[in-house]
Amino acid sequence: MSLIVDIRKQLGSFLMDVQLTAERGITCLLGASGCGKSMTLKCIAGIEKPDSGRIELDGRVLYDSEAGIHLPPQARKVGYLFQNYALFPNMTVRQNILCGLCRERNPEEKKRRLEEVLRLLQLEELGERKPNQLSGGQQQRVALARILVNDPQLLLLDEPFSALDGHLRDSLKIELRDLLARYDHTVLMVTHDRNEAYNMSQSTAVMHQGRLLSCKPTKTLFADPGSVQAAVMTGCKNIAPAERVDEHTVYVPDWGVRLSSRDPIREGLTAVGIRAHYFNPGAPQNRFPVVYVQEMEEPFETILQFRYAAQTADSPPIWWRLSKEKRPQSFPEELGVSPANILLLYD
Amino acid sequence: MSFDWYPLWNSLRIAAISCVLVFFLGIFFAYYAAKLPRLVKGILDVILTLPMVLPPTVCGYFLLLIFGVKRPLGMFLMQFGIKFVMTWYGGILAAAVVAFPLMYRTARGAFESFDQTLAYSGQTLGLSNAYIFWRIRMPACRQGILAGTVLAFARALGEYGATSMLIGYTPGRTATISTTVYQLWRINDEAGALFWVLINLAISTVVLLTVNMLESRQKKAVAK
Repeated sequence: MSLIVDIRKQLGSFLMDVQLTAERGITCLLGASGCGKSMTLKCIAGIEKPDSGRIELDGRVLYDSEAGIHLPPQARKVGYLFQNYALFPNMTVRQNILCGLCRERNPEEKKRRLEEVLRLLQLEELGERKPNQLSGGQQQRVALARILVNDPQLLLLDEPFSALDGHLRDSLKIELRDLLARYDHTVLMVTHDRNEAYNMSQSTAVMHQGRLLSCKPTKTLFADPGSVQAAVMTGCKNIAPAERVDEHTVYVPDWGVRLSSRDPIREGLTAVGIRAHYFNPGAPQNRFPVVYVQEMEEPFETILQFRYAAQTADSPPIWWRLSKEKRPQSFPEELGVSPANILLLYD
Repeated sequence: MSFDWYPLWNSLRIAAISCVLVFFLGIFFAYYAAKLPRLVKGILDVILTLPMVLPPTVCGYFLLLIFGVKRPLGMFLMQFGIKFVMTWYGGILAAAVVAFPLMYRTARGAFESFDQTLAYSGQTLGLSNAYIFWRIRMPACRQGILAGTVLAFARALGEYGATSMLIGYTPGRTATISTTVYQLWRINDEAGALFWVLINLAISTVVLLTVNMLESRQKKAVAK
């Protein structure tokens, strides 16, 4: 039950170079738009052809440039959920799903599986509708039904929630997660939204300019991104170049501070990151004088910007994010950070 | 002597047959041209569109250059008893050449605006490329295809310049409505010319009404 990808493809100004192994469960490719995530999915599905490399799914070779193997998409048994769901506009919901059953020759079995998936995804009432008469969430369910009846050995999800309104997104995330829990194969999902990656996946790979930086269990990645790009993609707002001093001390010239870390610092450290939630006026360690800059209010949280007293003038202010009720009456003179919350970044 | 309806019959069969030819050829070239490398596509596009901007008599001249009875290809075809010059079916060739760009360009425009992810998702589901083309791509592009077909039919029906160069005007053999109108007017038979003008007007009106009807029926089907 695994997908092994090792492909290269020239994409305009940069080279896409992806090495990836995904096991059963949901693996997420997290990256900014235009970094090559969707192209990776298209190469796996056989819609695009890589320049060189190899793709293997459960022991089947889908693509191998050296052996001259390039299976057409029809022969790969790979399900692809497109960003816009790609429902056939001239066909009803039933006809769309029947397209997913095109490999089934037995008409009775075909009908049985159609009814089964309509029931499973609560589409019985919508069978005769056309795609343009469905809501975004319903369209997603139809597209999933069409893919699941097709019995793919691998499921590719391309930004599955980006076409939906914000308020629908969270309930559909839960719906899709529960549905995919019954699906006993590998799922590869592409997103630029770190929350989606965190909500949905067991492991996450960060992609930047065509390269996969690190593939780790999702929670480990968010706790310890390891590289500057991974820290940015997982939402770390405060990142600055840093120099290792000793095993547990690092100097940050831009901020004019020496920080101590819980984890040992290896040679080759290039930067540190501190997530905006982790500043604490009561913390005794990594405590330094700060100067208030400005703030921005959100419905339930406040973003405060400050500078360290010794910070260089050309480095950007630091973000501190906290829930509104925890906002101190007057801005604290000093702020601390627990050594466990200093992210050590290597490149 | 009964009235000579030959031009009507000849015009209709020339327009209908060339329209069918142009339908498939236009779609074929529109579909495959989109997949060609940019440079080849640009050159092919110019060649395929030229008959639309050239005067039809120039098209007729080129057709005579290629299919004339003293030209290599014309002589070769003669061995099989095929002669495009001064025959009614030469009119099909003339009308098809002139009408082709209309079909080609409208079909190409329709194909270019087609959402490619529909074809991709069909492929990943295991649908054959032929099924995707005829059951997904063509229905999605039917508005443009239909418009192109009607334009091509109307153009083929009204073709005069290339037709008169290639097949001339022989009553009862190569006469079409448009060449008949000219001939009758030339010999001062104004009543005869007007009669054929009215026939032509009637056919064109029926064609356009049919298109409008098809379109509104389609809109209703979508709204349902």
